[in-house]
Amino acid sequence: MSSLAVPQTEPVAGSTPGTAQGRPPLRRRIALIPTVTLLLGALYCLLPVAWVVIAATKSGRELFSTFTFLPGTGFAGNVRDLNAYRDGVYWQWMANSALYAGLGALLSTCVSAISGYALAIYRFRGRETLFNVLLAGVLMPPVILAVPQYLLLAKADLTDSYLSVLLPQILFPYGVYLARIYAAAAVPADVIEAGRMDGGSEWRIFTRIALPMMIPGMVTVFLFQFVAIWNNFLLPYIMLSDDEKFPITLGLFTLLEQGANTPALYTLVITGALLAVLPLVALFLVIQRFWSLDLLSGAVKS
Amino acid sequence: MPYTKRRRLVRTAVAIALGATTLAACGSQSADGDTESGPASLTYWTWTPGMDKVVDLWNKGPGKKDRITVTVKKQASGDTLVTKILTAHKAGKAPDLVQAEYQALPTLVSNDALADISKNAGEAEGKFADGVWQQTTLGTDAVYAVPQDIGPMMFYYREDLFKKYGLTVPTTWDEFAETARKLKKAAPEKDLTTFSANDSGLFAGLAQQAGAKWWTTSGDRWKVAINDAATQKVAKFWGGLVKEGAIDNQPMYTPAWNKALNTGKQIAWVSAVWAPGTLTTAAPDTKGKWAMAPLPQWSASDNSTGSWGGSSTAVTTDSEHRAAAAKFAAWLNTDSEALNALAKESGIYPAATNAQTSGAFLKPPAYFANQADFYTKAADIAETTAPSAWGPNVNVAYTTFKDAFGAAAKSKSDFGAALDEMQADTVADMKKQGFEVAE
Repeated sequence: MSSLAVPQTEPVAGSTPGTAQGRPPLRRRIALIPTVTLLLGALYCLLPVAWVVIAATKSGRELFSTFTFLPGTGFAGNVRDLNAYRDGVYWQWMANSALYAGLGALLSTCVSAISGYALAIYRFRGRETLFNVLLAGVLMPPVILAVPQYLLLAKADLTDSYLSVLLPQILFPYGVYLARIYAAAAVPADVIEAGRMDGGSEWRIFTRIALPMMIPGMVTVFLFQFVAIWNNFLLPYIMLSDDEKFPITLGLFTLLEQGANTPALYTLVITGALLAVLPLVALFLVIQRFWSLDLLSGAVKS
Repeated sequence: MPYTKRRRLVRTAVAIALGATTLAACGSQSADGDTESGPASLTYWTWTPGMDKVVDLWNKGPGKKDRITVTVKKQASGDTLVTKILTAHKAGKAPDLVQAEYQALPTLVSNDALADISKNAGEAEGKFADGVWQQTTLGTDAVYAVPQDIGPMMFYYREDLFKKYGLTVPTTWDEFAETARKLKKAAPEKDLTTFSANDSGLFAGLAQQAGAKWWTTSGDRWKVAINDAATQKVAKFWGGLVKEGAIDNQPMYTPAWNKALNTGKQIAWVSAVWAPGTLTTAAPDTKGKWAMAPLPQWSASDNSTGSWGGSSTAVTTDSEHRAAAAKFAAWLNTDSEALNALAKESGIYPAATNAQTSGAFLKPPAYFANQADFYTKAADIAETTAPSAWGPNVNVAYTTFKDAFGAAAKSKSDFGAALDEMQADTVADMKKQGFEVAE
């Protein structure tokens, strides 16, 4: 149950700036409105989370019959049922999601970093065209691409495999865009020049000098892509037919859509959804610290 | 005669819809006796819970003998699965076997995704009621699927509360309306039931009972009659009840609906044979207080019901082992061992008539322990299922139904206008898809 407290730490953190601002007596009245607005916003965002947390504690009997925000008694039972469903296939989905999102985001961050760096540092013919094409890719919703990607991978006989979900998500146009902007801002030309003077190869300059400077930006790219893959539904839905390879989003969907004459397994879906959020929350809490590196890193005086 | 016409129709439709691309495939005539020739490994997309255990029986029994192995790939049900099958079919990668709801069969057939298995599964016909089997042939000589489960519609009511308020079980829809009004008078805060627009299958079933035939073919053209006289009668009836406030207008399957059933605020439900499962989760506190009766009729001399839900097992044109796949489909839905396992593991109500009163169906469902003859009665009702007529874009009609009737129920306005909208949208979509529609 201790894990349930995790999402609730967020409102405290979120509301501190508001209260801190309100300290000088003159400004208190002015700060009231933004504080209330922010609190309302926080409430709006957190209420559904609270609903999930509370609903996950209710047994099937209690779910629709007791007061919405009254905690139930069935959490342990729900987790047990979820665990037992099709011999624990839920954990397989969880592991699949971790693989798709973890490996996919890592690979896509690498690709983004290297291409963003190249686009920012090197001058070559067609650079702007390439970048503009990528920008167009940012505007293209991935949903549109799912079916063509399926038909393409079907030609390569790769559908219904782990690769079919991983491959299309490695190129993340927004990540490349972000990496270019970040590399241009965070890696000064002087530093690259100094590296070349010292006789470092281009690869060495990139990995040893530029990449460490780009880390905060790359963490952002990683997080964005991780969340995007974790929540992705349509691509794996079209690609995969074997439910042992499903990510969590698809798995929970099969629990909901069991056919017209079989009731949806609401308690399992709700508990499953709650557990599926926890890794994301944990990831954000852990990785957040890398963002602050931003202020400390830097090699030249401006 | 209808055979050639229908085939041509279907092919015309495919040719237009797909730009006559992969049509040449139509190899439905090929692939006969490849069963005996060698081992086959088949994949099967299904959403039925516990299907893997049933398939294990095949793999260890008859499948082992014939060297036909089936692998279950569990899917989510619904229209999205039809889209997924069609997408896979476009890439030539559809699985050998798919589970498909009856109303999805015309869509799949008009996209040439389903193989004609009349040669290998045709003799199964005798095991099913005519109205059920007809849905898998689409009125042609071909057979596109073997029926698996059905959902004959019935009337469920709270026995104790009916007694308390002095209500009798309605046998006609007029009596149904009177019962609703009588209850409103006796207990204004209660409702007999609700009109819900969030599951189109219910309305389609009610229209089917009234004799509606939404999609028919005449010559090379489709005829769409969603706003025919029978359906209008049904729409007017429910719209009238909602308008006068005799019944509720809130959607079903919501927490509020569950609560209304569980607390006795709503005391009846027009549903289908699978209702015990839904009621077990929706209204756990009222177990043993419900009873089932045949659906009210439009006139006292009628005896028919509609169907809500149900699905079949089909073989795709992408399968390289059609005969083997058809053999499995026939076994799954007619073999008594398989049907027993399906009832036990998956809780389905079998389409095969002899299975409806044997094995797991000798005893009533636990929720209806008070009604010993539940399944005998259910089998009698199932026999009266009216024929249905599905078309190639049921999903569009269903979506419009949800929107138009949902809005009409909410504002208690004219259901007839909503029905016309449903008709117009469906016809427009068929024309857009390239089907010839007779006005």
